[in-house]
Amino acid sequence: MKQLLSFTKKEFLHIFRDTWTMMIILVLPVVMMLLFGYAVTTEIKNTNIGVLDLSKDELSIKIIDRIDKSEYFSLKKNYSSFKEVESSFRRSEVGVVIVFDENFSENLLHLNNAEIQVIADASDPNSAKTLVNYVSNIIAQSLKDLNKAPQSNYQITPELKLLYNPLMKSSYNFVPGVMGFIIILVCAMMTSISIVREKERGTMELLLASPTKPIVIIISKVAPYFFISIINIITIFFVSYFIMGVPINGNILWISLLCLIYIFVSLSLGILISTIANTQLIALVVSAILLLMPSMLLSGMLFSVESMPVVLRGIAQIMPAKWFISAIRKLIIMGVDLKYVLKELGVLVFMGVVFLTISIKKFKKRLE
Amino acid sequence: MLGYLIEKEFKQIFRDKILTKIILVFPFIALILLPYAANFEVKNVRLVVVDNDKTSYSSELIHKLLANKSIVFTAIKPTYNSALDLIESDKADMIINIPKDFEKDFLKQKKSDILVATNSVNGTKGSMGAMYALNIISDFADQKTSKLVSINKKGTLEIKPLYQFNRTLDYKFFMVPALMVMILTIICGFLPAFNIVGEKEKGNMEQINVSPITKPVFILSKLIPYWVIGTIVISIGFLVARFFYGIIPMGSIFTIYLFSFVFILSVSGLGLILSNYASSYQQAVFMMFFFIMILILMSGLYTPFNSMPPWAQVIGSFSPLKYFIEVMRNIYLKGSTLMELLPQLLIMIGFVFLINTWAILSYRKKS
Repeated sequence: MKQLLSFTKKEFLHIFRDTWTMMIILVLPVVMMLLFGYAVTTEIKNTNIGVLDLSKDELSIKIIDRIDKSEYFSLKKNYSSFKEVESSFRRSEVGVVIVFDENFSENLLHLNNAEIQVIADASDPNSAKTLVNYVSNIIAQSLKDLNKAPQSNYQITPELKLLYNPLMKSSYNFVPGVMGFIIILVCAMMTSISIVREKERGTMELLLASPTKPIVIIISKVAPYFFISIINIITIFFVSYFIMGVPINGNILWISLLCLIYIFVSLSLGILISTIANTQLIALVVSAILLLMPSMLLSGMLFSVESMPVVLRGIAQIMPAKWFISAIRKLIIMGVDLKYVLKELGVLVFMGVVFLTISIKKFKKRLE
Repeated sequence: MLGYLIEKEFKQIFRDKILTKIILVFPFIALILLPYAANFEVKNVRLVVVDNDKTSYSSELIHKLLANKSIVFTAIKPTYNSALDLIESDKADMIINIPKDFEKDFLKQKKSDILVATNSVNGTKGSMGAMYALNIISDFADQKTSKLVSINKKGTLEIKPLYQFNRTLDYKFFMVPALMVMILTIICGFLPAFNIVGEKEKGNMEQINVSPITKPVFILSKLIPYWVIGTIVISIGFLVARFFYGIIPMGSIFTIYLFSFVFILSVSGLGLILSNYASSYQQAVFMMFFFIMILILMSGLYTPFNSMPPWAQVIGSFSPLKYFIEVMRNIYLKGSTLMELLPQLLIMIGFVFLINTWAILSYRKKS
């Protein structure tokens, strides 16, 4: 026991001496949350638009004015020919160009048939579709004011319930994601690098030749990262609860249990990687390419896994982060009972046991 | 002198089997998998239906909903609460609750209600799913209306959308050129950083420091190999884009090469700066990871740049990635010419000088 304590102390000293790394690890979750919370957004705002108004009548000017006033658009360019439109798109000056024909309002008022062309820069198809929708809605609204829109008599009024997140805050989605990601980063990646460093420098041999049991070495290696990840989780909860207003609807006890199990899985993954890799570079590359990237992309933090093709959904199933994020999301935000996350818990425990068994086997082989 | 140093770098890189594999295989696999993952489209919305009406209208509406290819049918449940149970256990994403007398109200009072509830923990997914359902419901109402009364349409205004540069609205066409930039950043930013830190950890650095090699020569000997590697990586990107996705650049391929030469110098320089400050792998990894993550997230790769708040746009405009991603998308999809992209080129060249001067200055022979 005394041995374990002094070894653990040595590891803690190693890590805390490295101020740069410590600072980054402690600040990283906060920066990530601020970025996702306040900087990066999939919403479409302040798009620059251009207008090619060949009619220049009262109605077209009214519509343009209305579009310019909306929060989504700001009028940037007035063109006089199609040629200018083309080149303007290629310089990415505008996202949408609205074209009014000659005699636009005359056609509308007298011939009852007019046309507005909405040209969107569809290199980003999602934004383009949304923008076209916004423009169409604004135009339709302007026409309604002119009492020109047809009215239907029969109606179905849908009542829309946005369950668990009526205000549509994106933080409800990314907070669990950031947690899942940071723990993999700290526990799996850092642990594996720190164990492999001993191997690379040859000090691992010394440790193994000493009377210290291998289990003591491993536990003392892992302990500081366990500690750091718990601090990270507390920071994330603190920022999300007090600054971003994300509720904690579930039972704190179960949430803590889930986090501990996930930390256990990530640590055993880190140990597993360290038994496979012989150099720090390889440990790093393995954990970055096989763990970090998939954990970021396939865990549902940015993109929804259900919308992906089968192969990627399959890969997502073997990512511990995916199971953790799904469970923690249910517990924190949906506030469901433990019975609804039993499957996720089971999978995580199973993964942890498998990783640990393989690494113990590998470790023993090396000793012989 | 420079020649020998570069020869040494190449030998070291290609001797390392794993490193060689990363350079050749990683771009290939990443470009084939990532565009399928990085997609904001919402598909496979799992629907559970509660039909309290059980009339021809309600079943017709249900059929219409299920005919949508973004909606997947999960179950029919007798009550709203039992449907909610499916949402809580994550077996469904959306509930449509058709009230009793749905058909009767519609025909008699010309008005009926319906409840659409979506799991909105993921806001985008929840609202998109709801949008699909609401559109179908309003179509359904229109269809029924036009059967019941004949409206005579007057004064129609046709809004003709024209989706320029990507007529098929394929999101992959948007992502593939930009993901090439991300892969280039990862390979040409991380590897030089590790390279120098590796020399430090092994103690080689001491020997180089006492040799007559000057700072700029040393930095150049580290930059040039990654220049070559970056060119290989971007060429692999071209091939995957061409033969796997069928994406051909509308603009000139030489313009892309020109920009990527400039870009690689700036990210490799960034890696070198960090490696000058870091003393161990762990440090280098975390610093690099920290900055590259911020650069990538704020570059407009996944989310629109213009939608970010002004302060974030200011930070983002200090990222070389932002400009190169814009350039790649413009050349690939819109066929922009070098003249049209001149502002971006000048800014990127500015970055190269700034970053590499910093790299040379921060490399100290004495610690």
